Amino acid sequence: MIEARGLRKSYRTRRGRKVTSVEAVRGVDFAVQRGEIFGFLGPNGAGKTTTLRMLATLIRPDGGDATIAGVDLRHAPAQVRQRIGFVAQTSGTYDQSNARRDLVHQARMCGVSKSTAKSLAEAAIVAFQLEGFADRRIGTYSGGQRRRLDVALGVIHSPQVIFLDEPTAGLDPPSRARMWQEVRRLRDEGMTIFLTTHYLDEADALCDRISIIDVGLIVAEGTPSDLKREISGDVVVVDLAAPDTAGAPEPATMLEASKILAEQPCVYSCEAIDHTLRLYVDSGATAMPQIIRALSNKGIEPGAIETRRPSLDDVFLAKTGRTLAD
Amino acid sequence: MKLARDTWLTFQYEVGQLVHNPVSIAITLLQPLTYLAFFTPFLKSVMGVSTYSDAYQVYVPSLFCAMGLFSGMYAGFALLAAMRKGVITRFRVTPLSRVGLLLGRELMTVVLIGFQALVVTVAALVLGLRVPVANLLFALVLLSMMVLLGVSISYALALFVPNENTLVNLVNGVAQPLALLAGVLIPLSVAPLWVRDVALWNPFAWGANGMRAIFLGHIGTQVVWQASLILTGLAVVAVVLSSRLFSREIA
Repeated sequence: MIEARGLRKSYRTRRGRKVTSVEAVRGVDFAVQRGEIFGFLGPNGAGKTTTLRMLATLIRPDGGDATIAGVDLRHAPAQVRQRIGFVAQTSGTYDQSNARRDLVHQARMCGVSKSTAKSLAEAAIVAFQLEGFADRRIGTYSGGQRRRLDVALGVIHSPQVIFLDEPTAGLDPPSRARMWQEVRRLRDEGMTIFLTTHYLDEADALCDRISIIDVGLIVAEGTPSDLKREISGDVVVVDLAAPDTAGAPEPATMLEASKILAEQPCVYSCEAIDHTLRLYVDSGATAMPQIIRALSNKGIEPGAIETRRPSLDDVFLAKTGRTLAD
Repeated sequence: MKLARDTWLTFQYEVGQLVHNPVSIAITLLQPLTYLAFFTPFLKSVMGVSTYSDAYQVYVPSLFCAMGLFSGMYAGFALLAAMRKGVITRFRVTPLSRVGLLLGRELMTVVLIGFQALVVTVAALVLGLRVPVANLLFALVLLSMMVLLGVSISYALALFVPNENTLVNLVNGVAQPLALLAGVLIPLSVAPLWVRDVALWNPFAWGANGMRAIFLGHIGTQVVWQASLILTGLAVVAVVLSSRLFSREIA
């Protein structure tokens, strides 16, 4: 449904007299199948939004090309617009307007007649449960209500593909859960969904497949479970902050502990993040006693220690050497 | 055909936003009405005209020009605000014609300022202005051309500045000299000759002169058709250029 090949985009920024070129997206390839929820996971500034804006015909790629719903992005952006919906990160509605008026107008912009637009708006109000406030000023909506309206506007013409930029950024947990439901409902109705997110749990729980993007390049692609399976075994997290003082450990202690633990035969690799060490091991249950013993032999007392299954953050760490939480 | 439909659609939507906010319209009426009430008596004594009717005959056309120029030039802020809100982005990811999107907004401003001009005229009529209906209609057409010119300049500026602060300075820097050189605050007749020569290059000065002639009842005079020709020509060019710019900058 979406196929991107070598998409590139750089921006020129001017600081004083110096003009520098920032490569926001440095050649990304991916393919999205019909009827799947495809996520772009990455930290802020990774190039997610730039990629999305290129696909939504808002900015011209510097290089590469893409096909969306069978239409070439570079040569027929107008036809692409007829087949897609787009929901930006910033809302895109006037505070003084209301949901019904905007929905009717949005449908009219997509080319339908006035009466069709009215019935489409009515259907959207029901589908997205906007009944309670559809005729009220948008300025009075809650964050979740506003976001539901944004998505309703984006899909009013039943596009084949919908682009969602950070659909749940800034929403409270119940509103997020509700938005996930809406997105799944759209997929079940046959829409193809392309979304960006910097939330690990969102990528994990909502997306059928994800691409992990960092500094403008795709570093991993697959289903969330396949990606996590690539990190075989368990993760042991050792917190070196002393339990009684809650203070950060000495840098020297951190260094020594990570050196000792990296030498342990059961530990594949060891990453230091703030005052914790993240150890990748075959089995957490058998590695934990060895880790504790090795540390206490050198007189280091860990504040806390836990073992867990690998998360997408571990995938990101393995691919980029950094964590998404930064 | 599609352009006409999309322009109409945008126009309708933007006018709808205005109509549902009568307070914001009332606020835009405040300045012209205060000027009408307080500036005219001041002008009357300065110009030494005998009656209020005469004073309004001279000042109302100037006020029309000032409204056309300033309200037109400030339209860029609404565009910038809509862009910041993401409204323009949302519109752009639909098959809506880009030129229609801009033109619909420009026409909304024309209608808004036309409405203001009507309110001002009604107030002035009550205070003693006398003007034939045909002349008033002609003046409104001339005003529309000024608005289109002002809005197009303002939109072009708005597309090139990073934020509202820069736009304020830029718009003031352009609009104030244009207003001064159009003689809407101080009549150009008291200006030195070289200033009047400079003013010959200001389309709004032509507009002001033409507008005054229309209100004085001299609708067939040279200055009226010259002003109409210059302003219509420039308005068309400005609208075309700004739509081109708009389509290129944010295609």
